[in-house]
Amino acid sequence: MKLKGSEIIMESLLREGVDVMFGYPGGAILPTYDAMSLYEDRLHHVLVRHEQGASHMADGYARATGKVGVCIATSGPGATNLVTGLATAMMDSSAIVAITGQVPIPAIGSDAFQETDVTGVTLPITKHNYLVTDARDLAYTIKEAFHIARTGRPGPVLVDVPKDVQNAETEFIWPEADIELPGYDPPWSAREYELDAALRLIAEAERPIILAGHGIMMSGAMNELRELAERAQIPVSLTLLGKGAMPEDHPLVIGMMGMHGEASSNLAIQEADLLIALGMRFDDRVTGNLKTYAQNAKKIHIDIDRSEINKNVKADVGIAGDLKTILTQLLPKLEGKSHPAWIGQIRDWLEDSSERDILNYETPGMLLTAQVVNDIWKLTGGDAITVTDVGQHQMLEAQYYPHQRPATLLTSGGLGTMGFGFPAAIGAKFGQPDEEIWAIVGDGGFQMTLCEMATAVQENVNVNIAIINNNFLGMVRQWQELFFEKRYQATPMVNPDFCKLADAYGIPNRCVTQRDEIEDAVRFAQSIDGPTLIEFVVEKEEMVYPMVPAGADLHDMKRRPKPGEA
Amino acid sequence: MAELQIDSKVTVVALVENEPGVLNRIASLFRRRAFNIDSLTVGRTHRPHISRMTIRVDAGPEYARKIATNLQKLVNVIDVRVIDNEPHVERDLALIKVRNDDADSRNTITEICDRYPARIVDIGPKVAIIEMVGTEDIIEEFIEQVRPIGIVEMIRTGVVSMGRGTRIHDTNFIDRRTLIEAASKARRGNGRIV
Ligand SMILES: Cc1ncc(C[n+]2csc(CCOP(=O)(O)OP(=O)(O)O)c2C)c(N)n1
Ligand SMILES: [Mg+2]
Repeated sequence: MKLKGSEIIMESLLREGVDVMFGYPGGAILPTYDAMSLYEDRLHHVLVRHEQGASHMADGYARATGKVGVCIATSGPGATNLVTGLATAMMDSSAIVAITGQVPIPAIGSDAFQETDVTGVTLPITKHNYLVTDARDLAYTIKEAFHIARTGRPGPVLVDVPKDVQNAETEFIWPEADIELPGYDPPWSAREYELDAALRLIAEAERPIILAGHGIMMSGAMNELRELAERAQIPVSLTLLGKGAMPEDHPLVIGMMGMHGEASSNLAIQEADLLIALGMRFDDRVTGNLKTYAQNAKKIHIDIDRSEINKNVKADVGIAGDLKTILTQLLPKLEGKSHPAWIGQIRDWLEDSSERDILNYETPGMLLTAQVVNDIWKLTGGDAITVTDVGQHQMLEAQYYPHQRPATLLTSGGLGTMGFGFPAAIGAKFGQPDEEIWAIVGDGGFQMTLCEMATAVQENVNVNIAIINNNFLGMVRQWQELFFEKRYQATPMVNPDFCKLADAYGIPNRCVTQRDEIEDAVRFAQSIDGPTLIEFVVEKEEMVYPMVPAGADLHDMKRRPKPGEA
Repeated sequence: MAELQIDSKVTVVALVENEPGVLNRIASLFRRRAFNIDSLTVGRTHRPHISRMTIRVDAGPEYARKIATNLQKLVNVIDVRVIDNEPHVERDLALIKVRNDDADSRNTITEICDRYPARIVDIGPKVAIIEMVGTEDIIEEFIEQVRPIGIVEMIRTGVVSMGRGTRIHDTNFIDRRTLIEAASKARRGNGRIV
């Protein structure tokens, strides 16, 4: 049967299992929007208010489900508005497919109206991209795009489709065979000698530590990780994106690592004699100064991306491949061990940390972000999917909302994209309609994508927005306080009345200024089947501790004093 | 430390799909990762849809391997090898235009060309063009010899390399064009007309 290119796009999306797409129409993508009317019953389109929102929604959907998220935009400005979302997905290995309209082929290169070299612009921030110049290539290209997006180290793939290709009629043939690409063959399993070398290091280690990252969850290796840790009694430190890889109440989990990580984790890394890095990439925010990083430790590094091995930290044993596969190969040969002295030492550090916990402070009349986050944790049974924005509230979420299950903390780690949280939460809800979703966002970041409140209302998306309003670009203010002698240049904000704003959009809302009002407000949000907004007016000048200043040694942390010593 | 042997030049050979924009992807990767490249050549192979690149890196093998693992990540890059210690043949070609306006220089040119794998490919009353083929080192040596005569123009192709013996670099695979065409013709095969 002959179909138009635009219809082939829809047919191909359906065959890839897509049921929802996030987008915004315009001239060059109009034929595809027209085709949508034929597929409305099977392919739901969500009209966003800014294409950046569409890209973050696709990303949130992908992170929450492990499936590929889809966003659509027109040529030129529509496509350039996707850029931030693509870069965000690239840094955090999130599988999204973006489909953009392009000017007709004869007009390409002529600076036509709304023409942008989108494959050129997005080249360094996509895993791969395509300009489709023949309608006969569409089905194959879309299938290939999904394959590349979701396999290996996942990432965003963009397909740019000129308007005349969308209009052209051709035979629709869906390639049923698996995609085979000559130059694309992600590594899979480990060789025997690699396993033996890793096992030898594990057997010799007296102070080992596992660094668990996002890759554990992308590979579905949670049980294998747990078995490795338990059998060899190795403490587990998590990256920000690794939260959920192992339940945080597990006695071997010793907290997040890095700039705002637990002191116990950072000290353990510096004292360790073996790092077992699994699906993480030694980002500068987790290592601090590389010259002094884990100096006494041998390193085992397992990651699906071969180019990550030896990039920042030299590995004694580096294995490229799929974590679940490799750990499954490793476990039968792993001998049980115990390291009581080492674990005892870490327990002492953990105890010291809990004495400094801000929740132990007497803070009459104050509302602190940590209290808000921790109360939301309690009131959601610690079982919600939280989606954060970027800043102090993000780090405090990571510290005060322990996560038990994989893919329940969605946050922009690698790019640190303000404006991510709220739209990503909308996308997550589409992917996980039965989960309770909380967008925990700052007053600054929320204002970057708050237009999506209209999307949430139009689609009646049940997300709860918690705005942590400190009237500051708080994380930048923290740096100014510590490193720029409190010159608060361009960080104080005159904000709108967020509740009135919610009223204007028709979103039920509450404003909380006292700790004893939190429970009521959260219960209120939970009782409503649709978007809600709670503004938490918190202390203006809070600090996030511990903090390893950028570039400092990982053990060189600024700590919060113990209550008695303050 | 490996960093100490940076005088050793290393060669990276890559087979890439001959698709629009591939060179752009590779150039973009080098720029983005701030890879320092000594020379880069691209040319066709005996297979219609495959080009071959030779990249010379003025750094140790560790650096070359970093480049190789990153190149390998590009979907259009089919295969990458670091040629470091394995025996291989490498060639660079230089066209050098030198002054030729007196008997002295004319004599010197012929005399130098006799000692090297070089030929005079064009000669006129004022200038001559010399073609010189060889390894990078020999070409550099040769250039120093002719420099005193007066170089007017010069161009080098950059190094191309090939492993010796039966160690063939090309692998067997089906290129993407053929794959798409097979899929589109799949009426008889795996595909399904809808
Ligand atoms: C798009 C973007 N612009 C700028 C920054 C730099 N930045 C990082 S955190 C931050 C402040 C965030 O303020 P807010 O959203 O109010 O959160 P808070 O830190 O106060 O919790 C800024 C400006 C960024 N990460 N992303
Ligand atoms: Mg703020």
